[in-house]
Amino acid sequence: MGLAQSERLLMDAQDMSRALSRISHEILEGNKGSQDLALVGIRTGGVYLAQRLAMRIQQIEQRDIPLGELDITLYRDDLSIRKDQPELRKTTIPFNISDLKIVLVDDVLFTGRTIRAALDGLMDLGRPAEIQLAVLIDRGHRQLPIRANYVGKNIPTSREENVQVFFEELEQVDRVSIVTG
Amino acid sequence: MGWKRKDLLTIAELSIEEIELILTTAESLKEVGGRDIKKVPALRGKTVVNLFFEPSTRTRTSFELAAKRLSADVINFSPSTSSVVKGETLLDTARNIESMQADIIVLRHSSPGAAEHLSRFVQSSVINAGDGWHEHPTQALLDVYTIKEKKKEIQGLTIVIVGDVAHSRVARSNIVALTKLGAEVRVVAPPTMLPLYVERLGAKVYYQFEDALNGVDVIMMLRLQRERLGQALLPSIREYAKLFCLTSERLRLAKPDTIVMHPGPLNRGIEISPAVADSPAAVILDQVTNGVSVRMALMYLLSGAA
Amino acid sequence: MNDTLSNHTPSSIVCIQGGTVIDPGHVNGRADVLIQDGRIVEVGYPLKHSIEQDDSVTILDASGWIVAPGLVDLHCHLREPGFEYKETIQTGSDSAVAGGFTSICAMPNTKPVNDNAAITQFMLTKGQEAGKARVFPIGAITKNSDGEELANIGELVGAGCVAISDDGRPVMNSLVMRRALEYAKAFGVPVVDHCEDLHLTDGGCMNEGVVSTELGMPGIPDASEEVMVARNLALADLTGVCVHLAHLSTARSVELVRHAKAQGLPVSAEVCPHHFSITEEAVRGYKANAKMNPPLRTDEDMQALRQGLVDGTIDVIATDHAPHALQEKQLEFDTAPFGIVGFETALPLTLRLVDDGVLSMEQALDKLTRAPAQLFHLPVGSLAPGSLADMVIFDAKEEWVVDPEQFQSKSRNTPFGGMTVKGKVKMTLVEGRLVYDAR
Repeated sequence: MGLAQSERLLMDAQDMSRALSRISHEILEGNKGSQDLALVGIRTGGVYLAQRLAMRIQQIEQRDIPLGELDITLYRDDLSIRKDQPELRKTTIPFNISDLKIVLVDDVLFTGRTIRAALDGLMDLGRPAEIQLAVLIDRGHRQLPIRANYVGKNIPTSREENVQVFFEELEQVDRVSIVTG
Repeated sequence: MGWKRKDLLTIAELSIEEIELILTTAESLKEVGGRDIKKVPALRGKTVVNLFFEPSTRTRTSFELAAKRLSADVINFSPSTSSVVKGETLLDTARNIESMQADIIVLRHSSPGAAEHLSRFVQSSVINAGDGWHEHPTQALLDVYTIKEKKKEIQGLTIVIVGDVAHSRVARSNIVALTKLGAEVRVVAPPTMLPLYVERLGAKVYYQFEDALNGVDVIMMLRLQRERLGQALLPSIREYAKLFCLTSERLRLAKPDTIVMHPGPLNRGIEISPAVADSPAAVILDQVTNGVSVRMALMYLLSGAA
Repeated sequence: MNDTLSNHTPSSIVCIQGGTVIDPGHVNGRADVLIQDGRIVEVGYPLKHSIEQDDSVTILDASGWIVAPGLVDLHCHLREPGFEYKETIQTGSDSAVAGGFTSICAMPNTKPVNDNAAITQFMLTKGQEAGKARVFPIGAITKNSDGEELANIGELVGAGCVAISDDGRPVMNSLVMRRALEYAKAFGVPVVDHCEDLHLTDGGCMNEGVVSTELGMPGIPDASEEVMVARNLALADLTGVCVHLAHLSTARSVELVRHAKAQGLPVSAEVCPHHFSITEEAVRGYKANAKMNPPLRTDEDMQALRQGLVDGTIDVIATDHAPHALQEKQLEFDTAPFGIVGFETALPLTLRLVDDGVLSMEQALDKLTRAPAQLFHLPVGSLAPGSLADMVIFDAKEEWVVDPEQFQSKSRNTPFGGMTVKGKVKMTLVEGRLVYDAR
């Protein structure tokens, strides 16, 4: 799949892979191993990233770590003002999150509102020992006091630009682009 | 696809895609009911009014619970406690409620078409919680959800609906929903309890319960309304029970893995024997559980369009 | 003869020029109409009488239009006394003449019921005061239309009732119906029955069929009408008294009447424009303005009713004009009252039959003029010299969209709102007087 005219490449498949490998190591380093650690991906992009991080951590640590999928739709702060309801997807967290160190995983950190919703969503499911945040891209423009613990790449953007992450699972290619127009 | 409707009035008006959207949304929401804290903030600040002109504790409670799990505020409004007894019309009552900024009005009324009628006059979303003999769409949706949960696919199933189809909104909504989704639907009852042209709705007509059970995947029992007795529809409850009670013997005539459904409340020993009602084949309590998820799904979808 | 009409009393001479006159059974063609002192003097072209071209002669130009006897409605509900919020005799007469009707027979289901001379007198007086259409009251068959004791039929006829009926509350007891027919024989008035077995109807509120099953609405079966049609035919045979069957709606009713007429039974029948124009499909969406009794039936019934008009099984077209207030028709379908207004849509709906090739213009007008007048022995419905100059002048070609807000009736309950129809009343005259003018 080639680049469209309005697209500017930020990361290719190799860049993405390397960033994820680095984040995996940082997570293990920051938490001194994988004890009591669990990954929760935010639908949709965060889920693919969490799966990849889980695979890498598994390879390094030689043990499975719990992996969950979180749909934040019900916690969005714009539900009461939107005209069309966003499609609701399943939250599947097949383990008790209480007392675990949860690493939330998302593809792009922007205003911080999604993370706020995810934090609320997680809290409704139990009382984790700690919540950390891993993102592939931090593009700035935060509207809430939220900061990621692990960042694949910081990219300065203008508000009007659209950062798009493509996944092999969905688009047959891994890459991150800025799309304008 | 996105949800575009302001109201949920009938199954008849829904496309297959819309039914699927409701069911997948319900499936996503079912998880909430399994949590320790069974509440999400999606409908915070929204007001849901249960406007029930006919008494129905079960349906009303199910809607109430659904709304509360989505954090909506719920008001229950029923004729015995309102000015309806003073001769206020449905429209005036509903406009009053709307003026209290109700986002969703859940209407149960004895007049067919009452929900559709109301929806033309109020801005609030209207959910039909049963209009006369016409439709009870949320019941059909929760039934379809339950069947899918147990049987995976509706397409290709054979489903028999047993009892007073003529006076049953549950039957009408289910016949429409299940045939739409590709099931073979049979109805079996004394001919006095089958409406004219019921076959035009897509149902096959049987008069003998035993004949209708052959090869059936799902048995859907209807509640016998005792007030029908004075209307020359039935000679006696005793004769009805003899001919149409789902007993263990009759259950054996259907497929081995058949499931038994009932919208409740049960008349044990009349349309369903206690042994069948309490058997593993009965999914009656799953229906109740799923009812909450389906109603949550509808409120979620409708609160966007309102 | 070539008289010159002298015009002594002011404006007592009216001349309608340039139109096509259709006086069913008599005239059908280009003709002028000369009226003096409220009566027809001559219909012809050129007129044999000459008129002085003086200011006091009213000349009405009807070029391109049809001139016919004023329409006669054997079946309407004027609601006064008792339900003046739905309609009064004044507004009902206004509505009638706007629809081209100059004679209207008012059913007795007022409050109190027209079962005594005082009510009949009241209606006649109100009708005269209204000064539009002629109002002919129909008296009750039984006291308070309760279906039990006979009303004072002699007194009612003496006071001016032209027929008797318990319309809307049909006489269920066949013995009472038999006695009513026998008793009415002495007074020569027709007995009108709304044929409905209320036990079979059982709370139904639309045709029982595919649509009622889909809508979950209690239905009124065909049989509910047909068993009573059959009963009435048997009673007509037994008593030898003419039964007039109101607003037939089913194919089998038509067949029963056809058979009875072939056997020479004294029976006449009417049909309403809505029953030969639309079907039960109009109820979809729970439209209370499509709720009437008898209900709208199926396409097959509609075709049979049309055929009944063609072969004479059905004698007349009647409106069953039944006004109801907006708040009543805004109730839920099953609680809303039965009935629709009919005066102002009857003619264009009937003209659709002409357009569809079902009836000729003359046949269609016959069912609305001469035939009904004859059935109820009314002194109208003809343009023969000496007749009362009650007339309708209409443009058969003009298309218009039915807008209930424009109705003269106090009520707006019609399923035809928004429909494009053809045939517009231009002028209505009663006794030579212009009572409606839409030129």
